[in-house]
Amino acid sequence: MQEQLKSLKSEAIEKIKATDSLDDLQAIQVEYIGRKGSITTVLRGMGKLSAEERPVVGQLANEVRQAIQEALGTKKETLEKIELDKQLAEETIDVTLPGRKISVGQPHILTSVIEEIEDLFIGLGYEIKEGPEVETDYYNFEALNLPKGHPAREMQDSFYITNELLLRTHTSPVQARTMRALNGNEPIRMICPGKVYRRDSDDATHSHQFTQIEGLYVDKHVRMSDLKGTLDVFAKKMFGEDREIRLRPSFFPFTEPSAEMDISCKSCDGKGCSVCKNSGWIEILGSGMIHPRVLEMAGYDPSVYSGFAFGMGPDRIAMLKYGIDDIRRFYANDVRFLKQFNKA
Amino acid sequence: MLVSLKWLRDYVDYGEKSVEEMSTLLTKLGLEVDGVEYIAKEKSENIVAGYVKESEQHPNADKLSLCQVDVGEEEDLQIICGAPNVAKGQKVVVAKPGAVLPGNFKIKKVKLRGIESNGMICSLQELSVDEKFVAPEFAEGIVVLPEDTEIGSSVEALLNLDDVVLDIDLTPNRADALNMLGVAYDVSTMVNSPVKYPNINLNRIDESAKDYINVSVAEESLAPYYGAMIIKNVKIAPSPIWMQNRLLAAGIRPINNVVDITNYVLIEYGQPLHAFDYDLLGSKEIVVRRAKKDEVIKTLDGKERVMNEEHMLITNGKEPIAIAGVMGGADSEVNDETTTILLESAYFDRNVIRKTVNHTGLRSEASNRFEKGVDPSRVQAAGDRAAALLTEYANGDVLKDTITYDKLDLSEAELMLNTEKLNSRLGTEISNTEIEEILTKLGFKYTATGDDYTVSIPTRRLDVVIFEDMVEEIARIYGYDNIPYTLPANASKPGRLSDAQLLKRQIEKYLESAGLTETITYSLVNKKQTETLLSPEVRAAEYIPVPLAMPLSEDHHYLRLSQLPELLNRLTHNVARKQADVALYETGSIFLNKEKDIHTQPEEQTRVSGALTGMWVNHKWQSEQKVVDFYLVKGIIEGLANYLSINIEFKQAVIEDMHPGRAATLHVNGDLIGFLGQVHPSLAKEKDLKETFVFDLNLSYLLENKRPELLYTPIPKYPSILRDIAIVVDESVQAGDIQRTIKDVGDSLVKQVEAFDVYTGEGLEANEKSIAFNLHYQDPEKTLTDAEVDASFEKVIEAVKTNHKAKVRS
Repeated sequence: MQEQLKSLKSEAIEKIKATDSLDDLQAIQVEYIGRKGSITTVLRGMGKLSAEERPVVGQLANEVRQAIQEALGTKKETLEKIELDKQLAEETIDVTLPGRKISVGQPHILTSVIEEIEDLFIGLGYEIKEGPEVETDYYNFEALNLPKGHPAREMQDSFYITNELLLRTHTSPVQARTMRALNGNEPIRMICPGKVYRRDSDDATHSHQFTQIEGLYVDKHVRMSDLKGTLDVFAKKMFGEDREIRLRPSFFPFTEPSAEMDISCKSCDGKGCSVCKNSGWIEILGSGMIHPRVLEMAGYDPSVYSGFAFGMGPDRIAMLKYGIDDIRRFYANDVRFLKQFNKA
Repeated sequence: MLVSLKWLRDYVDYGEKSVEEMSTLLTKLGLEVDGVEYIAKEKSENIVAGYVKESEQHPNADKLSLCQVDVGEEEDLQIICGAPNVAKGQKVVVAKPGAVLPGNFKIKKVKLRGIESNGMICSLQELSVDEKFVAPEFAEGIVVLPEDTEIGSSVEALLNLDDVVLDIDLTPNRADALNMLGVAYDVSTMVNSPVKYPNINLNRIDESAKDYINVSVAEESLAPYYGAMIIKNVKIAPSPIWMQNRLLAAGIRPINNVVDITNYVLIEYGQPLHAFDYDLLGSKEIVVRRAKKDEVIKTLDGKERVMNEEHMLITNGKEPIAIAGVMGGADSEVNDETTTILLESAYFDRNVIRKTVNHTGLRSEASNRFEKGVDPSRVQAAGDRAAALLTEYANGDVLKDTITYDKLDLSEAELMLNTEKLNSRLGTEISNTEIEEILTKLGFKYTATGDDYTVSIPTRRLDVVIFEDMVEEIARIYGYDNIPYTLPANASKPGRLSDAQLLKRQIEKYLESAGLTETITYSLVNKKQTETLLSPEVRAAEYIPVPLAMPLSEDHHYLRLSQLPELLNRLTHNVARKQADVALYETGSIFLNKEKDIHTQPEEQTRVSGALTGMWVNHKWQSEQKVVDFYLVKGIIEGLANYLSINIEFKQAVIEDMHPGRAATLHVNGDLIGFLGQVHPSLAKEKDLKETFVFDLNLSYLLENKRPELLYTPIPKYPSILRDIAIVVDESVQAGDIQRTIKDVGDSLVKQVEAFDVYTGEGLEANEKSIAFNLHYQDPEKTLTDAEVDASFEKVIEAVKTNHKAKVRS
């Protein structure tokens, strides 16, 4: 019987070695160690053995069974791996075919520019204020030291609705409103972005509607050097640490002294090129120390309070920053234009 | 203001400063140089004056002349010239053989039609002078030099070829720099050299002007000064070439010597002058007065102008002969036969001139200066200067006595300046010595007591009125570059977005992540757009669109009542450019007004609106394509509601301009806040669009309503049980109603009800549909038993049967 078991074992192991199919492996298992398998059958005959022989044969039988089982297991693993490899090989795809597009939108470039400026000034302790686009003549002009009859407020330059109402020509009325609301009692640090309107025919450099963002700082003992320092921080953050700024005298009815701010031209690094009209500088914004009349009209005592204001056009800044040639592009909203700025 | 750098040197010596240095110097002073133009764009070499000794027709060519030209050398040059105006006896510009003209054009001996030509007689254009700098008489041919030009001499300076013109973009306050002397004052502060006024050598003849003219002014405020000079024996002729060139550089066309001289002095002094033909005045009287209502004057451009009491006229006592400060009358214009001139030099009220300019639309170099203000101290000198030039260049004899009306106030205003106050405003440490130096450079007289200065403001500086103006003057000369960089020393507080501003940004981010691209469109729209695609609550309120008083076009005439019409146009714009799949949104204001005659500001409501067309999913090679549909847009809005933690209810509605069966109004807490759905196919077709879907919500409403505070909800510990129910109902029954019934009767155990299948067709009656729902049962406290769920589910079935006449399918 022992001989029989040993030969069955080597016979089974041989078969296992020879097979390359999982089905055959299954059959081998049934044939040898299944319920009706040959090993099982042999073991059933153990009753006929003597008491001495029985444990010896029993142990051998178990060893044989275990050996077959192990061989089966190892072989099964091998075969399964082969099978899986084959299956995976069949599942190979062409990774160069296009992926499924995820449609993601993005902000308008002017919004991106405005938010960048907003965030920058929020970092400097400013708040954001908004105001109406239909303004009264008082807040749009008079409160800003542009009395009736002033040359800078011709009817033909503004979109009037009535003699007293018009589409705001700048965001400055928000400054006047904010100052008036605080009635001369509190320091102010504010930025006001928004849409503004001028009675211009649309062309490459003019738009009857565009955007503006202005800043206002009112407190005791505010100096022109503070304006200069603030604008320097802004310009370097916005246009790059390597930019230089230059202030030069200018004129606005609501500031005195007034200054225009230029940054050194990025295209030529200040050497002079077509972008900066050979001057090496690019005009970015208008600014100045708030005119005492403006403070006074808003209820601030100009002998106690002083401050500065500045204003710029996000349209112009975006045009400069991204080399956009026509202001009308912002309002045509061609998706081939809009989608270019998803990294802005 | 166009400033010839060569001409400027007459009034201030700026040394060897280059064009670039002068540009920077002026710009830093606040006289921004906006452009630089060289009279000759390129330099020419070897160009001299020549004398045309002989000129005859070329034997072989009709249009060419054969000239013998003396250029101061031993032999005359034979030159063939094609210019129509070349003639014997002229002094001309000659490019000798070896000369190099612009464009690297080398002059050599050549044969033209068989005859040798040894050089070229030049036009200004050939010397690369822009047409605008060429005097009219030389526009069509060669330039003819003055008779006294030395033969063989260089012509560069004579023709002003070596000049450069700076275009200064003056700010409106700097009227004082609208003339050469004014610019010279600013330059002198930087170059340590004084301003030089022209030398006026006015010789008058013995005859008195008193016998010729009498001057009166009706109202002192209209014209505090009016001076009239009489100049006899004038010979009208072209003005000298140098004067013409200077005027051309300043942007003024030369006319004749008299007119040119008045313009020349205008540019020098900033004082407009006017010359009348004395013999055509029609009286011996000048009366300055207001126009009468509807008084008519024919101006020298030949047009009749109707004036009124707001305007000022120069009259001969009866009839108007000029609109004061703006334009002369046609009847008294200087002409080729003029021999006696009345030269007017006056100081007119700025505001009256401004009103007249606005009324007539006549803008000129003169009116521009009167409007902005001239220097009262120069009125008289300018007249004298012009009279002297008329003697010199128009053969005039100036009569003695200038007849004047003179109430002019020439006193200087005084301003107080304190060193400490100045420095605390600028953030500088400017010393008293520096202040005094700067005031001296500016030409401002002062007296000092310690740190306190009393400064006299010259009459030319009408813009320096208050302390802050004085601060700017000091800062300008001290140099804005020298002001330090500081940050405000005041206590600071953190800045932040308001809740509403933050929420608006978040909503925009949400829409962008949902695939919509932001647009900014115009707030001004046409009439039809104010009536199109209005949200039902806006339409119901019958707002009156706000019109502009003076629109530029019909397309931008009214303030919008909805963002959607313009968003549709943006879709059309894109689709027409082969961008078929477009999803846009905008957040912006609409303008709500109820007044028929508007007199208060309209309410500005912020809306968020979107418009979508074309494919939403477009993944072709795996055949996955899906066009935008109602449920996509609804999903976006549901997502927004979820994001905002609000409940938006969708109600089927028939809305103007929308598909009658595919539109819904949106409600929050019972308030109608917007709508969504498919744009009516006829409107879409009109806009060349395929199926197009829109949404429009009152964003102001959403921003005003604070979001509930976010609190953690524990994740359920106990399993949920899912039950499905499929019911057959009449096709008019809406899923939302059934869903509500289920939720209402399902106790608190039904956490979620969701339709997952809708079916019509085989097996159902024609007017029936089948809808299947998932019901999620859950108890946060314990594991639900089947019996509990069964009991609740039974109630649901009964309620659906009764409420919706539903048949429950197995």
